[in-house]
Amino acid sequence: MNTGECLALIGESGSGKTTLLRSFNRMVAPDAGAIFIDGQPTAGIDPVALRRRIGYVPQDGGLLPHWRVRRNAALVPWLMGAADADAQADAALRLVSLDPAVYGDRWPRELSGGQRQRVAIARALAARPTVMLLDEPFGALDAITRADLQDAFRALRDSLGMTAVLVTHDLREARALADRVVVLRHGQVEQIAAPDVLLAAPATPYVAALLARAGLH
Amino acid sequence: MLRPVASLLAVALTLIASRSGGPHAVGRGTPSTARPVVVASKPFGESYILAEMFAQLLEARGIAVDRRLGLGATQIAYDALRSGAIDVYPEYTGTGLIAILGLPPEPDARAVFARVAAASAARDSVRWLPPLGFENTYAIAVRRGTADSLHLATLTDLARAGARLRAGFTADFIGRPDGLPGLVRTYGVRLRDVQALLPAVKYTALATGGVDVIDGFSTDGLIARYDLVVLSDDRHFYPPYEAAAVVGRALQRDNPAAVAVLTELSDRIDETRMRALNRRLEVDGVAVSVVAADALRALGLTAARAGVEAAAGPAGGGRRGRGSLLEYLRAERRPLASLTARHLLLVAVSLAAAIALALPLGVILTTVPGHADGVIRVVGAIQTIPGIALLAFMIPLLGIGVWPALFALFLYSLYPILRNTYEGVRGTDAGAVDAGQALGMTARQVMVYVRLPLATPVIMAGVRTAAVIDVGTATLAAFIGAGGLGEPIVTGLALSDTRMILSGAIPAALLALVVDTVLGAAQRHAARRWGGASD
Repeated sequence: MNTGECLALIGESGSGKTTLLRSFNRMVAPDAGAIFIDGQPTAGIDPVALRRRIGYVPQDGGLLPHWRVRRNAALVPWLMGAADADAQADAALRLVSLDPAVYGDRWPRELSGGQRQRVAIARALAARPTVMLLDEPFGALDAITRADLQDAFRALRDSLGMTAVLVTHDLREARALADRVVVLRHGQVEQIAAPDVLLAAPATPYVAALLARAGLH
Repeated sequence: MLRPVASLLAVALTLIASRSGGPHAVGRGTPSTARPVVVASKPFGESYILAEMFAQLLEARGIAVDRRLGLGATQIAYDALRSGAIDVYPEYTGTGLIAILGLPPEPDARAVFARVAAASAARDSVRWLPPLGFENTYAIAVRRGTADSLHLATLTDLARAGARLRAGFTADFIGRPDGLPGLVRTYGVRLRDVQALLPAVKYTALATGGVDVIDGFSTDGLIARYDLVVLSDDRHFYPPYEAAAVVGRALQRDNPAAVAVLTELSDRIDETRMRALNRRLEVDGVAVSVVAADALRALGLTAARAGVEAAAGPAGGGRRGRGSLLEYLRAERRPLASLTARHLLLVAVSLAAAIALALPLGVILTTVPGHADGVIRVVGAIQTIPGIALLAFMIPLLGIGVWPALFALFLYSLYPILRNTYEGVRGTDAGAVDAGQALGMTARQVMVYVRLPLATPVIMAGVRTAAVIDVGTATLAAFIGAGGLGEPIVTGLALSDTRMILSGAIPAALLALVVDTVLGAAQRHAARRWGGASD
């Protein structure tokens, strides 16, 4: 992957996209092969330290229900011992368009689904990682909220320029957000290409069928 | 979170230790004239009267006394004596011969006393003081109507007619070799049905026709009251049951003066007098302390008015007038309040100790799932031991009184807390745990900041269950002299005094409700605070 690039992993359930994503922060150990970050093999980095360097947004937000919004957003800076963890959290909340004065002291259960995903993104951003992993971050949202969040995510990447890996089953989302798309099937890569190339020239019948089903071909 | 619990525990333990004041608290090694003599009884009326007489006589001679009346039964009382947890209680030579020493019955009273005294001294360093002067043998009793219609006068007659009769025997009698097994062996008695009855209800059950035969004692006051017929032991199966004070090793060594005082009662109480005393207690409803005080005065052993105010609490003192339950509760409110406080303290300390062990253990088990089921099952098995049996097991290890009761309650509290901690921690919201890990929490941080807080409502539910079980089980602690609200229950059962039973049972039930309500509110608060699902 290139620095600052957004890569979308796409495929059906069981195609291995989440497994691949989780091997980047050593939540899953790969059977074979090696993963490098900034030229360093991740296998040589303490997994806890590695994960603190990498932002992570799960599908359901994964907010800690017993922590208020600000404490959730401050998680990684706090883990890293930052004295100004709360300030970093507030800054991150502003990045996702949540006013910390309004939302900082709320419980996760008091937020809408879209707001919870925004907090989850803020939490992943708070320590300003250079890499972010997102596991179907907008999959459970209604269409309007999803569009809002996709816009917000694009704007964030434009301003912060971090490298991102995005798991999705939605080709339209992949086209809207990713620089390149990886199509996975049964744990194998079918094609890696920029969205326009993928649309124009599907490499295999499977990719073509996938595009057809999404109404993009 | 654990530090305040630990200091609370320390305070409570100090409190309990300072209140229990038994030989354990003082230390057995050093002879001390200041140590109170621990006087105990078994849980039936006559035993209460005799023990109370021992106690008041000692007090009248200026010797301090600690009463542990109503201990479980023969096994518990004798074990407590042998292990030094109590100093003296009234026992019967026949019981000593057969139930305690396991020797064959023999008919001559003098010979039995000599054998029992020698064997107890040799085996257990227990001394039988010269008998008090009366025998109290088993009295197999039937209603007069039954005796007339079936022509029953002897146990041989009972064997003939047994197939038509339903028996209600005490558990003690059903089990001991000089009880039902002996009857069966000697007379070939076969009964239509044998039910186990508490001593407190057997006379009522017989009088109202619930059963046809019971085991009474020949000195029971109720035999005359219900106009019962006692079947004679025509084959002389029963050994003599002479009542006597039995004295433990420590008292013989440390306080010979007290032993000498107790021998003042030897050969002073004949069967007529004992039956009259039992009748005053069981039929007339006079308080134990009054019955005992009057008896000592009548024997010329104490001066007028001495010792009447000695006993405290529903066990010994109090007025056993015939007023309503409410009046009784009002009259007894002070001892009941202190028994309730004692009860709560027993529950609180055992519960705190159980939390201190089961919570970390439950957490550790979630990290070694292979061993969890086995450990939890073993702890669960403790739960299936009946309370009184568990308490009895404790005596050889911890004596009687507060410590074994605390330990037994502690054991009972472990399972619900352990089980809920394990399940609660394992069942934590997977999304929150995964997010914590993926964002760089260490395993310990995931446990402390995610799993444990989220499991709190489930753990609290376990603590709540344990607390309510404890409040109920703690009533059994009175059988081993630990006090609490079981004390009036045990005494009331022994004396067939319903008001006294209720004066312990009602506060205990209310206490269980209050504990359940308070912990339920705490649990709901925890659920609101920590259990909030993401919806």
